[in-house]
Amino acid sequence: MKGLAAIAAVVAVLAAVPLFVQSNIALNFLVVTLLVALAGQGWNILGGYGGQYSFGHAAFFGTGAYVTAILQVRYGVNAWAGFAAGIAGGAAVGAFIGALTFRAGLRGSYFALVTLAFAEVLRIIASVAPITGAGVGTLIKLDLHPAAMQFESRAVFYWVILALVAVSLVIAHLIERSRFGAWLIAVRENEDAAKALGVNATRVKLGAMTVSAAITAAAGCFYAQYFLFVDSGIAYGTWISVEALLTPIIGGVGTVFGPLIGALAVKALSEGAKLVAGDAPGLSLVVYGCVLVFVIAFAPRGFVGLLAAAYRRLARAPKKREAAHG
Amino acid sequence: MAEPLLSVERVTCRFGGLVAVNAVSLTADEGCVTGLIGPNGAGKTTLFSIVSGFQRPSDGVVRYRGEAVTGLAPYELARRGIARTFQIVQPFAGLTVRENILVGAHLRHPKRGEALAAADAVGRQLGLGDMLDRPADTLTVAGRKRLELAKALATEPKLLLLDEVLAGLNPTEIRDIVPVIRGLSARGITILMIEHVMQAVMSLSQRIFVLSEGRIIAEGAPAAVAADRAVVEAYLGHGAAKRLGAAHVE
Repeated sequence: MKGLAAIAAVVAVLAAVPLFVQSNIALNFLVVTLLVALAGQGWNILGGYGGQYSFGHAAFFGTGAYVTAILQVRYGVNAWAGFAAGIAGGAAVGAFIGALTFRAGLRGSYFALVTLAFAEVLRIIASVAPITGAGVGTLIKLDLHPAAMQFESRAVFYWVILALVAVSLVIAHLIERSRFGAWLIAVRENEDAAKALGVNATRVKLGAMTVSAAITAAAGCFYAQYFLFVDSGIAYGTWISVEALLTPIIGGVGTVFGPLIGALAVKALSEGAKLVAGDAPGLSLVVYGCVLVFVIAFAPRGFVGLLAAAYRRLARAPKKREAAHG
Repeated sequence: MAEPLLSVERVTCRFGGLVAVNAVSLTADEGCVTGLIGPNGAGKTTLFSIVSGFQRPSDGVVRYRGEAVTGLAPYELARRGIARTFQIVQPFAGLTVRENILVGAHLRHPKRGEALAAADAVGRQLGLGDMLDRPADTLTVAGRKRLELAKALATEPKLLLLDEVLAGLNPTEIRDIVPVIRGLSARGITILMIEHVMQAVMSLSQRIFVLSEGRIIAEGAPAAVAADRAVVEAYLGHGAAKRLGAAHVE
């Protein structure tokens, strides 16, 4: 219950932001940050809780984005239905890649490389296949109606992505407190020991990958809907694979709030660097690199780990003082 | 006589040219403690891996409650009631003791609350009651051995395979843990144990199988096995029984 209350509080605070901030630039920044947090939460389910480090979450992000866009543009499907289909499509790709890799017993860096390869193959296919618009990409027609999932106000888009993030937080929380989650974490910690205790490791990992892919695909669907444009470099590009794994690692792998905190930190830093140094190409990657080195060296459990340690120290300090007085 | 809970029938396991287990047959009777002893490299752990599904035998059948279970995955065997411990303990290092046991408890208790209660009960029963909230990697060797036992026990097994749970413990710790194992047996759990600590295995087991170079060379009651010529020779070298016999006569 405590966990759910914390999620409700954080979401309530974030939901109030557009009431005070009207700047389009600021809202745009927050929307993109939450989008990355959502993609990162997807990665976190599989990588953080399950210990399976994917380098190719672009495969799910891109599938979500393309399915949403193509269904609307080429088949006239309603945007909301397209959104749901995009999530389902991403989940299906996740289940497919998971079934192939986990059945083959791929672990660690082999798993990472194969997921990277799948994302790259999808990117290349998307850059030549006619249905995706090939090199030109797919443009969704501007149609500012809620029925078309397009909104005049950025604030509404912000609330939509915030709602998606809230759902992903609740999913992470429920996984943490379920048998599935206990088994998933056990597989991360020691797969053979987990098997000996009755855990069907392949099935648990496959389940995690499907949920993980669905959440990251939702971020892709939202991207298409928000920017109304998808091409192969955006949808299946390595940028999203990197951001999806960076945010939870920096925020705290295998924690409910890790991806959200990581996304806020990383995005704020890279925007701050832009303000100082101008919009030099590759600047954000330099910032990501520095933050990653810092986190791995000084806070292997991410910002959430740092906060937890600080909290423990604070909680202990008054007791010490009391003891000194007594 | 009733059918044994576990029966291994002419199981062979080859790794390339090496025959690690050679046409081994053994049985574990329901409710009993059965010991499996033998010199290093005899194939005991390989045999355990086969019975618990981690290794597929080249030949032969493993029967559990009369049903052939050869080649089933470890998790399927765990669901049927076979649990094992590992010779090299395999804790979930990043988790607390309670969370470690919880993984096993979830097998029979899908709901978190019930599983937590079951995990706590098993932890207390094995003397880990004070350490439930400690990270597993802060436990002593003896604590880790108890945790290994607790995890397996939390799956509520009918057959428990213990792979050297006493190895690496000092005499006091062994004295503490032997009654725990005896208690499990008293609760009706069938135990098959690999053990090098002879005093313990002799006092715990009703029946002992001796494995040497992949073959069963002796079986029977502990006292009979200890006096067996082939067993003495397997441990002490060729001709040892004769020399010992001569020494006794003098």
